[in-house]
Amino acid sequence: MFLWFAAVLVVVAVVAWSTGMRRARALSAVRGQQLHSLPSYHGAWLSLLTAGPAFLLVVVWSILAPRFERAQVLGQLSSSLTDFGPAQLDGLWRDILAIAHGGTPGVRDALRDQGVLAYTQLDLWLNLGLLLGVLALVVMGFLFAWGKIAPAFRARNRIEFVVKIALIICSAIAVLTTIGIVLSLVRESFRFFTMVSPFDFLFGLTWTPQQMAFRADQAGGTAAFGFIPLLVGTLLITTIAISVAAPLGLLSAIYLSDYASPRVRAIGKPVLEVLAGIPTVVYGFFAALTVAPFIRNSGQTLGLTVSSESALAAGLVMGIMIVPFVSSLSDDVLNAVPQSLRDGSAGLGATKSETIRRVVLPAALPGIVSALILAISRAIGETMIVVMAAGLAANLTLNPLEAVTTVTVQIGTLLTGDQEFDSPKTLAAFGLGLVLFIFTLCLNIIALRVVKKYREAYD
Amino acid sequence: MTDAPIARHTGLHTTAGARAKLAARYRSEAIFKGFGIGALLVAGLFLAVFLSTIVREGFPAFFQNYLALEIDLRQDEIDPQNTRDPKVIGAADFDAVVRTALQAQYPGVTERLERRAISNVISSGSGVLVRREVLANPGWIGSKRVVHVPVDDLIDLYVKGYMTAVQRTKGTSELEVSGLRGPVELSSSANSFSGIVDAIKVQILGRLQKARAEVAGRQRVVAQLETGLPGLMTTLSDAPEGASRVEAERRVSEQTKTLETARSEIAALNATIENFERRLRAAGQREALDRDLSSYFVRINGGVIKLTNVSASGAQGVVLVPPQTAAAAAPGSWELVRHVTPESSRRLPDREIIYAESLIERGLVTQSLSREFFLGGASREPELAGVGVAVLGSLITLVITLGLSFPIGVAAAIYLEEFAPKNWITEIIEVNINNLAAVPSIIFGLLGLAVFLNVFELPRSAPLVGGLVLALMTLPIIIIASRAAIRAVPPSIKEAALGVGASHQQAVFHHVLPLAMPGILTGTILGMAHALGETAPLLMVGMVAFVVDYPRSFSDAATLLPVQIFMWADFPEMAFQQKTAAAIIVLLVFLIVMNLAAILLRRRFERRW
Repeated sequence: MFLWFAAVLVVVAVVAWSTGMRRARALSAVRGQQLHSLPSYHGAWLSLLTAGPAFLLVVVWSILAPRFERAQVLGQLSSSLTDFGPAQLDGLWRDILAIAHGGTPGVRDALRDQGVLAYTQLDLWLNLGLLLGVLALVVMGFLFAWGKIAPAFRARNRIEFVVKIALIICSAIAVLTTIGIVLSLVRESFRFFTMVSPFDFLFGLTWTPQQMAFRADQAGGTAAFGFIPLLVGTLLITTIAISVAAPLGLLSAIYLSDYASPRVRAIGKPVLEVLAGIPTVVYGFFAALTVAPFIRNSGQTLGLTVSSESALAAGLVMGIMIVPFVSSLSDDVLNAVPQSLRDGSAGLGATKSETIRRVVLPAALPGIVSALILAISRAIGETMIVVMAAGLAANLTLNPLEAVTTVTVQIGTLLTGDQEFDSPKTLAAFGLGLVLFIFTLCLNIIALRVVKKYREAYD
Repeated sequence: MTDAPIARHTGLHTTAGARAKLAARYRSEAIFKGFGIGALLVAGLFLAVFLSTIVREGFPAFFQNYLALEIDLRQDEIDPQNTRDPKVIGAADFDAVVRTALQAQYPGVTERLERRAISNVISSGSGVLVRREVLANPGWIGSKRVVHVPVDDLIDLYVKGYMTAVQRTKGTSELEVSGLRGPVELSSSANSFSGIVDAIKVQILGRLQKARAEVAGRQRVVAQLETGLPGLMTTLSDAPEGASRVEAERRVSEQTKTLETARSEIAALNATIENFERRLRAAGQREALDRDLSSYFVRINGGVIKLTNVSASGAQGVVLVPPQTAAAAAPGSWELVRHVTPESSRRLPDREIIYAESLIERGLVTQSLSREFFLGGASREPELAGVGVAVLGSLITLVITLGLSFPIGVAAAIYLEEFAPKNWITEIIEVNINNLAAVPSIIFGLLGLAVFLNVFELPRSAPLVGGLVLALMTLPIIIIASRAAIRAVPPSIKEAALGVGASHQQAVFHHVLPLAMPGILTGTILGMAHALGETAPLLMVGMVAFVVDYPRSFSDAATLLPVQIFMWADFPEMAFQQKTAAAIIVLLVFLIVMNLAAILLRRRFERRW
């Protein structure tokens, strides 16, 4: 229905546009007066006032009407629904909609047929009402705007005002996203912390949410929501990843920017860009399929017991994933160090590596530190590699050969199964998400601060 | 004048110390450079290993073996009243039709167990495929048609050479079979089977060595535990009551248990070792062929006999495919076949391989590009699973992502770059956008779950929700890229427009924006490529659905290519591992195309002022 109304309104808008243009031209010719605004602005003005309010009505209507219909229809049937749970009501409503729209319902019975009858009547009336409302708005808007069109009418200023408002709204969406993230995380986390005390969460040493009883009458094990094993696991994998990515990324950035011939650069840069473009799920598959068995087998030949989901495998692959990130950020930073510093050092007789180690790197240090901090934040928030290659069991260990789990893995596993928003098991994911968000946010802010505070300003 | 000899001018670097120092400096220079090259090589090496692994794993999955099966579409079985009504045709038992057609290929096979092995040769979805074909061509009913049905995934792997190597040797002597059914005796005029006996001994020797190594490993464990336990016992007896004591007790009991299992395992292994040693020592006796050894077959007079035990000159076996005659076969007219991988270490039983082989010999099995892989959807049968549905789902989702994030992102960039007053509000928006670009993607999934699914009650697993979440995620990327592109347009262009009387908005929309468009589009394509490979936030909004059919609207259940990869990666079957790699190749091809488009766009339209 929505698409139909929208399509018709688009046609209306186009017609109004050309009508407005012609009207403006005609008026200016008749009165011999120059137009203040170009005819297209008059057209846009007429089109906006004709179709705009009606379109808003359709949007609001299509959001509200389904809820209203559901409440009304289920209200009519309420006498026979006394023992229905929310899931059953959802199923009933889905079936009613399916029957009414000619689909295949899960079940078909007298109750559903009764509901369909009520629904089709109500839907008919609601659509009629919408049609009338849209018609009224179109006619009123058209008449009002039509009356305004005159050679002296400042259509351009009005349109530009509207455009500017639209631009502001678009920029605000980014802020709204952040607010949405914070609000949704805080709201669900708050519900979680009413069930599990924040102290137990932040300092608990065991993490066993899967032992949560599914139903109230079921005897469940003791579910514990202690965050420390996840934190340790996350930091372990992150440390491994950074100790791979930092030297590799930094050294290759230095080599590419200061040593490489154009031909080597023409090969090396794309290699890093391709690594950056590989989706993380692909890295995860590779880690689980190739790297983890390889590490386990080589560990066994050395006489070590290596878990098949070792932190080492996930960390190594994640490190490779972050290499291009580190190297491209460091590359920018190294290039920002003025050439005069290098020339000065070379003039004093320093070799290239001495110049880099004693002059370029100290000058670029704040930028490199901030790049590494951003890389850490990236590693902490990375999900797919650890979901596929790291373990699920929350072991509190620092041994990289054992399986550990991370914050993102737990968010993933808690939310991919059945979700119950009244159980701490599901809500715990939001608590973890909040911690993760705060953690990465702090790291990003620190990274920005480091650059701002310690940057040496050249030229 | 002094008598002191005039020191010859030596130059700066000629003293021994200076030379040594210089050499050391150059050495460290070379080492540093070497590190740089090494880092780059490691990255390159990883990429090479990665790409070759994926291609080697995934390429075979683009192909599938099909059996050209002649099916008798009998009127009385499918559409007795000749109604040509799709409902009647659809209700017919096509599984039975296919089964009959397949069994017609093996006239001699009647036992139930054997028949089941035969029906395992082709995909269990063959009936559905045939039904679809017949529904599309109702005129076929009442005639015999050749339909190409996919073979089972294990058979497919076998044909591609992944299950076991097959060795064939011509018989060198005359061979006689004692019967045509059941257990039979084979007797050859010379020592035709001595090769097998030797091969068995080699295999037994290998297993013997492996068992010895295992014993050694277990003994190490035992020794370790035995030295550690007394210490642990003292800790236990010294430990004060409380948590640490409980912990110590737990560890003691755990380690004692491990010790016991290790000991009993050693005993069992020693028994097998003894057994192996006895078999190796014995000469001239019959060797039994069990599931842990390679399987051997004799193909004679059109039949196949699986050997159960052999001596150098004769063997016992079970008839799998009955020979036509019991006549003695001349040297060179019969064949010894060995399936190298033991039956116990592959998932495909010998019987099914033999049945498949007989179809292959008749030229009925052909390999071609897999329709199912490129056009199909999710399936529990590897040979029927495909990426077509997921590719379409990805496309629909990206349409929504692009439709939202491109206009909004460009509008926001224009506002921030051209119209925004420099005050604290714009400052906040800017900082916020930069931070949003660094928020982990899984957080966007949580946002989508809490807001789009729980508050707005949008449908789960729908491209609409996935697209919304990805749009929010790519928005900061597009804004940042667009701002850079707009900033790169020189102010003189805008000023010239303003100078001839354009309004600020006219100058921006008519002159600055078109010039910035190539840069904006490049950034957008890269953002879309990023969104195409994203998985984590989609798992949160329930995109991990088992979707068989193509989605028809924005709110139908759909799955996406990276999510499909994630789901397949979890399946244990080898065929699914290959399909996962193949799906990754498809995803990478899409990404490469998008990135190439971005590069071309940049090359073609980039302007430097």
